[in-house]
Amino acid sequence: MFSVLATAPAVYTTSDLLTNLLVFIMATFLGVELIRHVTRLLHTPLMALTNAISSVSMIAALIVMSETTSTAILILATVGVALASTNIISGFILVERIVRLFKSKPKTAGKPAK
Amino acid sequence: MTLNLDDALALYVAAIVFFILSLRWMSDVKTAKWAGRSAALGMAIGIGATLVAYQIQQIDLLLGALLVGFVVGTPIALRVPTTALPQRTAVSQAFGSLAVALVGAAEYYDYAPNVNRFTMTVLSAEMILGFLTFAGSCIAFAKLQELIPGRPFVYPGKNFVSMVFLGAAGVAGAILVAEPSYGWALPVMAALSLVFGFLLVMGIGGADMPTVIAILNSYTGMSAAALGFVLNNKLLIVAGSLDGSSGFVLAVIMSQAMNRSFTNVLFGGVGQKVAKSAPGEKAQVEQRPVQSFSVADVATTLLNASSVVIVPGYGMAVAQAQHTVKEVTDILQEHGIDVKYGIHPVAGRMPGHMNVLLAEANVPYEQLWEMEKINPEFPQTDVVIVVGANDVTNPAARTKPDSPLYGMPIMNVDKAKTVIFIKRSMSPGFSGADNELFYLPNTWMVFGDAKKVLSDLTAALKEQG
Repeated sequence: MFSVLATAPAVYTTSDLLTNLLVFIMATFLGVELIRHVTRLLHTPLMALTNAISSVSMIAALIVMSETTSTAILILATVGVALASTNIISGFILVERIVRLFKSKPKTAGKPAK
Repeated sequence: MTLNLDDALALYVAAIVFFILSLRWMSDVKTAKWAGRSAALGMAIGIGATLVAYQIQQIDLLLGALLVGFVVGTPIALRVPTTALPQRTAVSQAFGSLAVALVGAAEYYDYAPNVNRFTMTVLSAEMILGFLTFAGSCIAFAKLQELIPGRPFVYPGKNFVSMVFLGAAGVAGAILVAEPSYGWALPVMAALSLVFGFLLVMGIGGADMPTVIAILNSYTGMSAAALGFVLNNKLLIVAGSLDGSSGFVLAVIMSQAMNRSFTNVLFGGVGQKVAKSAPGEKAQVEQRPVQSFSVADVATTLLNASSVVIVPGYGMAVAQAQHTVKEVTDILQEHGIDVKYGIHPVAGRMPGHMNVLLAEANVPYEQLWEMEKINPEFPQTDVVIVVGANDVTNPAARTKPDSPLYGMPIMNVDKAKTVIFIKRSMSPGFSGADNELFYLPNTWMVFGDAKKVLSDLTAALKEQG
């Protein structure tokens, strides 16, 4: 049942490849449009966010862990999981921390509280 | 609980939706707080679905790895000062790219020697990108942390040598594609890619780091997407390409803000000019007269102004002067003076860096103005205070076609009635170009450390006000 998900390269068909290319192209264009509209004010938290999102590669490490029987490969994959999870955890905490720094003007008129 | 293929795919779709919403919510400061949470939820769903669908057996290893991630990641995220965010971003990119590179290698060893050409091509490209980004991010970190000099490391034939290493890495990758059983080619390819990444970023100067960081960010995303192609995993493809395009767009914005192309940033136009022109010319240009003023003069002028714009640069971060800047702002606002901040897109060492520093000092975000919006305001501005910025205020970018800065969009601070330029010395900015602004009749130079000058200014303002 998991033969397609749990890949061996052999079961990867041309139709899979074309679908994946389509997904890649659409996601890239969508990404460009989404990021172009991010205010410059938030470019730093945006980078923290996309850094964390790119550590979705942890999933690839997990899949390798599930497939392999070799200790060496298992170690490589586990190191991959540790590195990616460091990024995920620190990335999302950091996004929360930075975004909270941005405050609007105090609504009660002119002088800022001091 | 067991999940079949369709369940896992459905959960992946949900994770993708949360990632997309997350980027959408990051577009506005009012919704930004949901951005991180949404992406975190998407990530949890994606990882959870993978754990169950692929029936991961090595729970002990997994928990150990996650524990390491938690123990290392949490203090980094909670403790890093906002001035050091560029360094933290470089570290995080180093981690992310090393992870993808190692997983790529693990994939290869897992399949070898039965790797078809398509898979091996993607894997080779992915590992080259991963390893070069890892080395590049490490060097970017070292430069940002000032462990090594920030100036570009330039020598004759630099780009040729770098390209030879990249080409050789490509050849090693091609050998693996042609004959996947030649396992020796993998460490060779990895080493060559590492050397290329090292040389590439060594050749780029500190002030170009916003672009470099964005490009490396893009590479990490693209390698993750490549892993998705290898594993036929659409979540990896989507998340990787979102990150890839994000880094790309940011890099484009950064290089446009410097009026330079990608290639020019990566293969060094500005840095080389500095190296060539530095020794002889410096002494003579510094002879021109400038007007130096005391803090008391500045305080008087500020108190008589009705509008003030503050233009911060990386020097403000170095001097940790953002809180002192805010104190000056508060006093001026108490006197009914309108204060805005003008932020150049490449001010600082990473995209958006100045905004975060000022937000941390409790400057409301409505006061932070982008370059295009603040530039028309300068002719009506009484006083501009430049704190730790240099090249981005140089009018030579508009007027002198032979300047290395010519054509770069700048903050038109010279159009204001008075410009107060706080600076340590007369040394030129990163571009090596002498700042024409210093010699204009409406420019007042105040020499000294930004934080020291500004706290003296605070005292003088209190005294006179």
